[in-house]
Amino acid sequence: MNESGTDTSTRIKKFLFVNRKAPYGTIYALEALEVVMISAAFDQDVSLAFLDDGIFQIVKGQETTFIGMKNFSQTYRALEDFGVTKLYVERESMEARGISESDFIVPAEVISVREMAELMASQDIILSF
Amino acid sequence: MLHTVNKSPTERNSLESCLKHLNNGSAVLLIEDGIYGALKGGSVTNLVERALVNYPIYALKPDIEARGMKDRVIDGIQLIDYEGFVDLVVEYPGVQAWL
Repeated sequence: MNESGTDTSTRIKKFLFVNRKAPYGTIYALEALEVVMISAAFDQDVSLAFLDDGIFQIVKGQETTFIGMKNFSQTYRALEDFGVTKLYVERESMEARGISESDFIVPAEVISVREMAELMASQDIILSF
Repeated sequence: MLHTVNKSPTERNSLESCLKHLNNGSAVLLIEDGIYGALKGGSVTNLVERALVNYPIYALKPDIEARGMKDRVIDGIQLIDYEGFVDLVVEYPGVQAWL
C-alpha cells in the first residue's frame, strides 16, 4: 500500500479473454487480439477462451484477399512468442458448428462447458469480446 | 425476391426467420457472417438443406474463402462472386435484407 491507500503491488493477475464472435463480420475478434498482445507485454498471466462463434476465429485456411481485409488468423500462431500459450476451445460450440480439433490453426485445449465455467471462475479479470 | 442474410445463424436468428418467410420466386444469398449458414455438419444444416429443395441458395465465395470455409459448404449451395451478386440483384424484382 502507498500513502493514498492504493495497492501498488505488482502481483501478476490472471486475465481471460473471452472470444465469442466470428472474425471479419465485426471488429471484435481483431480488437481482442490487439488487447491480448498488449496485456502480454505487461507480463500478465493471459488465457484465451474461444466459444460460440468465437471458435471460427482460429479455423485454418482463411484467405481474405477478395474481401479486402487483413487476414489476422496467422497472428494467433505468433502468440506463443509473446508467452501466450493457454488457449481453450469449448467442445459444445465446436459440435454445433461441425468444427473439429484438427481444423484449428493453433494448438488449443478442447474443454467442456463445465470446465469453461470453472476456468472463468478462476480468473482475476475477464475481458469479453 | 432475393433475400440476403449477413449474420451468423449461431449468433442471431436472421437466417431461420428468413427461411420461414420464403415464398414462390424467392432465393437466398448468404453474405459476410451469413455464410456460416452454408456449412455442413452444423446445427442449422438440416434447416438449410430443407429450404434448398424449394429455393435456390447462393453464398458469396469471397466471404466463404475469407473465413476458411470453402471445403465445408453444403452440396447444392451455389457459390458466386461479386459480379454474380450484381446479376442476382438485377435478376430478382427486389431485395430483402435480413440483418
